[in-house]
Amino acid sequence: MAAESLEQIKERVEAAVPGASLTLVPNPGPAAQDSLVLDHAHAVEVATFLRDDPELRFDYCSNVTGVDWLDRVEKRKVRVMRVVEGEEREISEMQEERSAGYLEAVYHLYSMEKKHGPIVVRLRTEGRPGLPELPTLPSLTPVWRAAEFQEREIYDLFGINFDGHPDQRRILMWDEFEDHPMRKDYSPPDDYEYEPTPHDAVLERAKENLSRRPDKDGCESIV
Amino acid sequence: MISMNDTMPPPEGMTSKLEGDILEVSMGPQHPSTHGVFRMNVAVDGEIVVKLKPVFGYLHRNHEKIGENVTYLSSMPYTDRLDYFCSMTNNWAYALTVEKLAGLEVPERAEYLRVILAELTRLQNHASGVGFLISDMGAWGTPLMYAFREREKLLDLFEALAGSRMMCNFMRFGGLRCDAPPGWLDRVRKLVAEFPAFIDEFEALLAGNEILMARSYGIGVVSPELAVSAGISGPMLRASGVNYDIRKVDGYGLYPQLKFRVPLGDHGDCADRMMIRILEMRESIAILNQVLEDVPEGPILDPKSKPRNFKPPEGEAYGRIEAPKGELGFYLISDKKAEPYRYRVRPPSFINLTVLEDMCLGHTIADVMVILGSVDIVLGEVDR
Repeated sequence: MAAESLEQIKERVEAAVPGASLTLVPNPGPAAQDSLVLDHAHAVEVATFLRDDPELRFDYCSNVTGVDWLDRVEKRKVRVMRVVEGEEREISEMQEERSAGYLEAVYHLYSMEKKHGPIVVRLRTEGRPGLPELPTLPSLTPVWRAAEFQEREIYDLFGINFDGHPDQRRILMWDEFEDHPMRKDYSPPDDYEYEPTPHDAVLERAKENLSRRPDKDGCESIV
Repeated sequence: MISMNDTMPPPEGMTSKLEGDILEVSMGPQHPSTHGVFRMNVAVDGEIVVKLKPVFGYLHRNHEKIGENVTYLSSMPYTDRLDYFCSMTNNWAYALTVEKLAGLEVPERAEYLRVILAELTRLQNHASGVGFLISDMGAWGTPLMYAFREREKLLDLFEALAGSRMMCNFMRFGGLRCDAPPGWLDRVRKLVAEFPAFIDEFEALLAGNEILMARSYGIGVVSPELAVSAGISGPMLRASGVNYDIRKVDGYGLYPQLKFRVPLGDHGDCADRMMIRILEMRESIAILNQVLEDVPEGPILDPKSKPRNFKPPEGEAYGRIEAPKGELGFYLISDKKAEPYRYRVRPPSFINLTVLEDMCLGHTIADVMVILGSVDIVLGEVDR
């Protein structure tokens, strides 16, 4: 870790880049690698500051990856006061807390000059639009060339557009491929190659796929 | 003539020095020098490369998706298949990250054995890497077999230890799978005593060779600024003169207690990348000699680790080690389930290819193979 704590870095960045708002996300695990969420409008400016500041000098962008967070419903037990059979009593009730899903790009930065790190920087999309509409994030490839292939990989596997990427194409999947396989709700296309008479689980999956994209499967005659 | 795909139009405004068109060639995926199934779309003006775009994915099997659908322990044998030359270091990087994620300790004997295995892996990777590079230069077969002769001896050691030559699946979260069999450490000591003779022989064959010098000096230069910005790591970074070795910087395992030097290159060309590997082999021998002096007895697995019913606490961790090819990192997110919510591999040879086009521009198409060989890629890791 750098000589400064993440809070100090956050304060300095917000002082140096006017208008930037950073959010600190604590990491509850034993690794204790906390992270900073950047806002889209100032992401490139903040990244450039992190790279060029003589104290920080995070010149080495080691790892860039995506994470898909689905919509979540968290159920919690809470004690509430309710009027039950004429008298007020404290009872326990299940409460649902909904949080909207989003996609995020995670950058792990180190400094080769100062030999410290990592700090974790995150960019989060607003919501999680259904395919084929893709959410957009600012690209940090102009700041660190190391992000070039890795952002292409995120575009390919997670389906996030990177605004400002010099050469955004699919990288691991073939160009004609249409889905984004690392998304949590991805379901693989049917393959009847080894299944001459589809049944049970395979048939269920086929039906699900059929409702998702009836024009693509070519399995209408089977179901 | 093979056309490049639509998103990549042929270079505009490039005037041919010779009379004639710029030719677009697809090199690979079935090419003996691409180290597997790797393709490059190359635009050549006569023999000179004017544009080069790598094409990945022929060996893609979505390793990360598989890792998110199986338990933590089930991914361990799968990491062997990433960089299939260096399964021991792959195991270590993954085990190290899970230990960070769950806060596990590693017993002392296991740390000793891990360092021994990692350095033996480095020896065999660098020996065969240099062998392949010479093979790419046209010295087909014989020099590679010099390297493979030594590699076989190292693989025999791995087989005696783990039961498999290449797919070792040997490390566990908080230690190792099993202890070394009796006499194994003596076999390692014998090999380490004999190995410098091979390095001397190999270096004598290479260092003064006129053809090799002509093919590698000044070819594929990477400046230190570009190397840092492009996230290059491992021997390729140090060949450009950037002093960054994760063994020194992070000080994981036993490395802070060990004395070794970090070889650095001056020019960042193919010759430097080759010689760095030879010098790193010598440093690995120095490390092995120190570690093998006194390997303590004791347990090899943290008793708290419970690898078969393993559910780490909520959180995330990024762990990395200095693998023979560069920085091998794993990024894991746990949501208290038996499977990781997110499982990511940071493959060094994939990211080292970022500068492939920069290295090749202006060189002849025959040099492309030498440059690619000097990066030292393994497609199991590039495509995952």
